[in-house]
Amino acid sequence: MATYEAWSEARGAEIIAAHADQQGATLPILHALQDMFGCVPAQAVPMIARALNLTRAEVHGIVSFYHDFRSEPPGRHVLRLCRAEACQSLGADAVAAHVRRRLGVDWHGTTADGAVTLEPVFCFGLCAVGPAAMLDGAPLARMDDAKLDTLLERAR
Amino acid sequence: MSTRVYVPRDAAALALGADAVASLLSQSGDVEMVRTGSRGLFWLEPMVEVATPEGRIAYGPVTVADISGLLDAGTLSGGAHPLRLGRPEDLPFLAKQTRLTFARCGIVDPLSLDDYRAHGGLKGLARAREIGPAATIEVVTQSGLRGRGGAGFPTGIKWKSAADAAGERKYIVCNADEGDSGTYADRMLMEGDPFVLIEGMAIAGFAVGATKGYVYTRSEYPHAIATFNAALDIARREGVLAEGFDIEQRVGAGAYICGEETSLLDSLEGKRGQVRAKPPLPVHKGLFGAPTVINNLVSLASVPVILDKGAEFYRDIGMGRSRGTMPIQLAGNLKYAGLFECGFGITLGELVNDIGGGTRTGRPVRAVQVGGPLGAYFPPALFDTPFDYEAFAAKDGLIGHGGVVVFDDTVDMARQARFAMEFCAAESCGKCTPCRIGSVRGMEVIDRIVAGDKLEANLELLRDLCHTMKFGSLCALGGFIPYPVMSALEHWPEDFRTMRREAAE
Repeated sequence: MATYEAWSEARGAEIIAAHADQQGATLPILHALQDMFGCVPAQAVPMIARALNLTRAEVHGIVSFYHDFRSEPPGRHVLRLCRAEACQSLGADAVAAHVRRRLGVDWHGTTADGAVTLEPVFCFGLCAVGPAAMLDGAPLARMDDAKLDTLLERAR
Repeated sequence: MSTRVYVPRDAAALALGADAVASLLSQSGDVEMVRTGSRGLFWLEPMVEVATPEGRIAYGPVTVADISGLLDAGTLSGGAHPLRLGRPEDLPFLAKQTRLTFARCGIVDPLSLDDYRAHGGLKGLARAREIGPAATIEVVTQSGLRGRGGAGFPTGIKWKSAADAAGERKYIVCNADEGDSGTYADRMLMEGDPFVLIEGMAIAGFAVGATKGYVYTRSEYPHAIATFNAALDIARREGVLAEGFDIEQRVGAGAYICGEETSLLDSLEGKRGQVRAKPPLPVHKGLFGAPTVINNLVSLASVPVILDKGAEFYRDIGMGRSRGTMPIQLAGNLKYAGLFECGFGITLGELVNDIGGGTRTGRPVRAVQVGGPLGAYFPPALFDTPFDYEAFAAKDGLIGHGGVVVFDDTVDMARQARFAMEFCAAESCGKCTPCRIGSVRGMEVIDRIVAGDKLEANLELLRDLCHTMKFGSLCALGGFIPYPVMSALEHWPEDFRTMRREAAE
C-alpha cells in the first residue's frame, strides 16, 4: 500500500529543481512528481513549463500523452490487470470483467470507499504465467476470479 | 559447511511466490542463499537449485507448503523427492537449446561482477579493446547479427554508419521498451544478467566513439529497472565503463509507441513520443540531433559473446540470412511456456507442439500469434514455417522480438482482429492519418461485419482499409496492424460470418 503526500507547491518546486538540469528532463520530473503525490497535479504543469522553458500547452500535451500519469491520486491500493494477447489466451478478459463487476468500477476507476484503483496494462512481461496482474507493485501470476477475490478481500 | 541454495528473483518467479520460498529456506539451517534470474522454465517456477558435489540439482515447482517435506527428504544434499528434477542442464527443454545470449541467465547472481567474470563475462569487451573500434565493427558485421527488435537491420552496418558520421557527441541507445505481448526476454536479462547489457553497450560505445549510453526501459518492469540500476552502480564503481562513456537508465511511461525507435528518441528528449519521418536516420541525426545507434536490448546483449567467440562461431548457427541464435519466448496458452534460445530455422510447429507441449488447457491449438500485437496469427496449417526473418515475411507475418502466443480452440478470431484495431487506436501516436483514424474506423467496420451488416461490402472495406494502413502509415504500428487483422480474416473467415455464430450458439 503506497502512501502519498498531499500537494505542496514547495515540495513540487523542489522535485522539479532536482531533475530540471538533466537532458530531456520531462519524464524524470513527471515520474518523480507521481511517486511523491500519486499523480501529476495540475498545479505542477505551469511550474514544469517555467523550469523547462516550455509552454503550459506543451507540458499538458506531454503529460496527457503517456498512459502512466494520473491527474488524481489513486486509492489506497492499485490493482493493475494485464489486458494483452498472451493473457487473453488464458481468459484475462473474463477475469477483468469479474473484477470490474466486483469493484463496481471501470478501468481507471477507484472504488467509492477509496480502497482500490483499477488500471489496465498492456503487458508486464509475465506472458508465460498469465493472466498476470500487479497489486501495489507486487507481481501476480495465473490469476482467476477466486484468487483475485481473496486478494481484494484483504485490500482495504 | 553451509549449502548453497539458488532461488530466482525474476519477476515471474516472484509472481509465483519465490520470495516466500527463499525466505523460508534461508531459515532452514545452514543455507547460503543466492538469488538468481530465471532459467526460463516457467511451469517449474519457483525452481529451487541446490549445489551438490554432482553439480546443481533442481526442484520445482516449489511452494511454501512443500518446504518441510523437501527438507525432510534431504533436499539440501540433493535427496530424492517427487519435485526433484535432477540436473537442470539435462532437462529436455534446456538440453535442446543453444544458450549464447542467455548463457548466464538463471545461473549467476545478477549483481555479482565476480560471478559474471567467472562465467565468461567481460571477455568480449576486453577483446574489443584489444582489436580496436574498426575491427570490432567488422566482427559484428561478419557475425551476421541483425536487429532483434524485429526489423532485422544488420547491426554492424548500423554501427559503421554511426562511426562514420561526423559529430562531437554520439549516443548509444538501448531499446528496452519491450511492449509486445508474449515477449519477456529483455525483462529476464535485465533481472537475471544485467552486466551483459552493460558490456554490450560498452562495446558499442567503444566501437562508434559514443560519449553516452541510454537505456530506455518500460515502466511496467519495476524489478528490471531496480536490478539494472543496481548493476550500473556496481559497473561504475568497479571500473567496467571506460572514462568518457557512462550509461543512464530512463523509464518510459506506458506508451507502446515508444518502442518505435524514433518515438523512443523523442520520449528520451522529454517530448511526446511521436514518430519521426525518416530520413534523417538516427545514425546521422538521432538523440538530441547527434549520431545515435539505437539497438534492441537483445541485439546489444548478443554482442559480447560474438566478440568473445568470434564472428564465425556465431554466423555458423542459423539459416539463410538469419544468423546466430534467437531467444524465442513461448507464451500464452502453452503447457511448457518459457524462454527457448536456439539457432534460427526451428519450425513454428516444433516450438508449439514439441517444445511447448501444446496448450495448458489441453484443448487443440487454433491460432498462434508471432511477433507481438503487430504480428500475424498463424494456423496449424502453417506450422512448417521456419523461424527466420524472411520465411515469416513470405507468409505475411513477422518474427518481431520473438514472442509466440498460443491460443486454443475457444478463441474468437474476429474478436482478436477487433482487439488489434482497438490496441492501435489506443496506442497510436496520432501523427499520421492512416493509423490514427484508420484504427478507429477499423474497429467500427469489424463491429459491423460481426453484426452481419452489409457483410461483403464491409469485408471489402476492411481489406481496403488495411491496404491503406499498410502502405500509408509512417511506422510499423499503423503499417503492421493489418497483419493480425488480415491473417485472422484469411485463415478463420468463418469467425467473421454471423450465420455460423448463430448456428453455433
